[in-house]
Amino acid sequence: MITHLPILQVVIPLMAAPICLILKRPQLAWIFALAVSGLAFAISLVLLQQVMVSGVISYELGGWQAPWGIEYRIDQLNALMLLIISTISTIVLFAAPESLDKEISKDKHTYFYVLYLLSLTGMLGIVATGDAFNVFVFLEITSLSAYALIAMGKKKQAVWASFQYLVMGTIGATFILIGIGLMYQMTGTLNMQDLAQRLPEVSQTRTVFTAFAFVIVGVCLKLAMFPLHLWLPNAYAYAPSIVTAFFSATSTKVAIYLLIRFTFSVFGLSFSFTTVPLQTLFMTLGVLGIFVASISAIYQHNIKHLFAYSSIAQIGYMIVGFSISSVSGLTATLLHLFNHALMKSAIFLALAAVAYRVGNVQLDNLKGLGREMPWTMAAIVIGGLSLIGVPLTVGFVSKWYLLTALIEQGWWPIAVLILLGSMLAVIYVWKVVEIAYFKESSGAPVKEAPLSFLIPIWTLVIANVYFGIDTRFSVEIAQAAAQSLFGGGL
Amino acid sequence: MLMGLFNNWVVIVLMMSGLYIVIAHGNLIKKLVGLTIFQTSVFIFYISMAKVNGGSAPILSENISLYSNPLPHVLILTAIVVGIATTALGLSLVVRLKESYGTIEEEEIQRQDNQQNQALNKERDK
Repeated sequence: MITHLPILQVVIPLMAAPICLILKRPQLAWIFALAVSGLAFAISLVLLQQVMVSGVISYELGGWQAPWGIEYRIDQLNALMLLIISTISTIVLFAAPESLDKEISKDKHTYFYVLYLLSLTGMLGIVATGDAFNVFVFLEITSLSAYALIAMGKKKQAVWASFQYLVMGTIGATFILIGIGLMYQMTGTLNMQDLAQRLPEVSQTRTVFTAFAFVIVGVCLKLAMFPLHLWLPNAYAYAPSIVTAFFSATSTKVAIYLLIRFTFSVFGLSFSFTTVPLQTLFMTLGVLGIFVASISAIYQHNIKHLFAYSSIAQIGYMIVGFSISSVSGLTATLLHLFNHALMKSAIFLALAAVAYRVGNVQLDNLKGLGREMPWTMAAIVIGGLSLIGVPLTVGFVSKWYLLTALIEQGWWPIAVLILLGSMLAVIYVWKVVEIAYFKESSGAPVKEAPLSFLIPIWTLVIANVYFGIDTRFSVEIAQAAAQSLFGGGL
Repeated sequence: MLMGLFNNWVVIVLMMSGLYIVIAHGNLIKKLVGLTIFQTSVFIFYISMAKVNGGSAPILSENISLYSNPLPHVLILTAIVVGIATTALGLSLVVRLKESYGTIEEEEIQRQDNQQNQALNKERDK
């Protein structure tokens, strides 16, 4: 049983999705989805523990040997990603029934859980697999369910956002498919580890350069890197609140994982950063992304839009850390990946609670909410402080590591720019705080969110603070993962 | 050069025209058509990649020693299924867009959204 965990991690949610459909009753479907997600969480914990103790786990699907069959490969990075995805998915699901009651018509709830599980399957699959083509398949499972989930949003703009995401997402996925095809043409293999060994022989050919370009652009479309981010704000803002909370913490992170996997493991460090000038390009785009997105965030009237732009800015930080291409830089990126998942899921879940009580998340309707919904708003404030990078929150830890990594390389100007970027975060977080705490409420008073919201929200908030103080767990894993990526191959 | 790489030329032409249609056309159905052409070009790319010169169809037989590579065919079968799912989902979204906006032109949808936003902003200023 225990040897089959890597595949069970992916197959259990996959099988559970159609069963959800048979269950029909939304309440039943919810309990079942929650149980499955919890099981996925338990599996990812065991996997992480195994990886930390005994090293990389390799699983051969159907007993077919690695370069020919599909291999599932779990190293520190994969295990960390699996844990992030399954944890957030489980916590977010707790608040789902209440939130859905207000946002999606009753007869569609069961479908929601089906799609949710499918999208969970896809993300876990992308991370668990060690096969390039398998990545594409799981990517499309996630994306297709994501389009449908976003289109479930209450407003008609949700459908339009979903359509735009569909067009961009399909182009991105097809680019990745072209890249994988070109790699296969040159090497005759799809296994990532095998690719990593065979690509250096042919790395000076134009085909491999083209493959690299296609894969990177495709992945960057998926991870909403500036300037390929245009699909994200509307998709996040108009999707049902629960979906936003889940995706903001996981889907772009999975794409960042792919970026790291392809550049560091498959194409290799020397090809990605020496042969191709990825560093200058990504550093520039990362910093530009931080500024453009943070400034756009300041001018938003819808809080979900505001924090969606902030997500794009945070991706900028991850890209900067990534483009340093040193162990400490990559550690900072992985830490921020983990920490940002905690912050954004807490904030968006709190916004789900606001949407539940107030009906929408327009900035103006937040007036006086600091007194009416003290716990919910406090969660947003702590999440916001974490975004800025105030000490004692996770945001501080990752910014600290990022700055140290930059200074290690002597890149002072970039470090200064990063700090300036954080100042912009102060402005947009303050906008929310000001309206919620210092403006008189205008409409009828609303009650505090129910416990089914507050418990998951505060679990995440406490995690935000806990991992901001006790950094042993997150830093140890991030460092181990970064080192293994630099230690040659998968 | 031209004939030897004939399939690749077809792939490139289809790929670029597909992508161009997606970008240049405002009609959502045309966009989906472009997207499908774009995806189809990749299918052809994979399938022509599998051909081994002089190779036979990959069906085991005693008097054949050289086979074409069947793996890309299998891979692309999956990608075709994904493509169909995408197109179906895209079309159903277009149906819902038509129901709520009354149009399938990108510009018109954007215009209606902008109008709504402006109305919201005016209300806020009051």
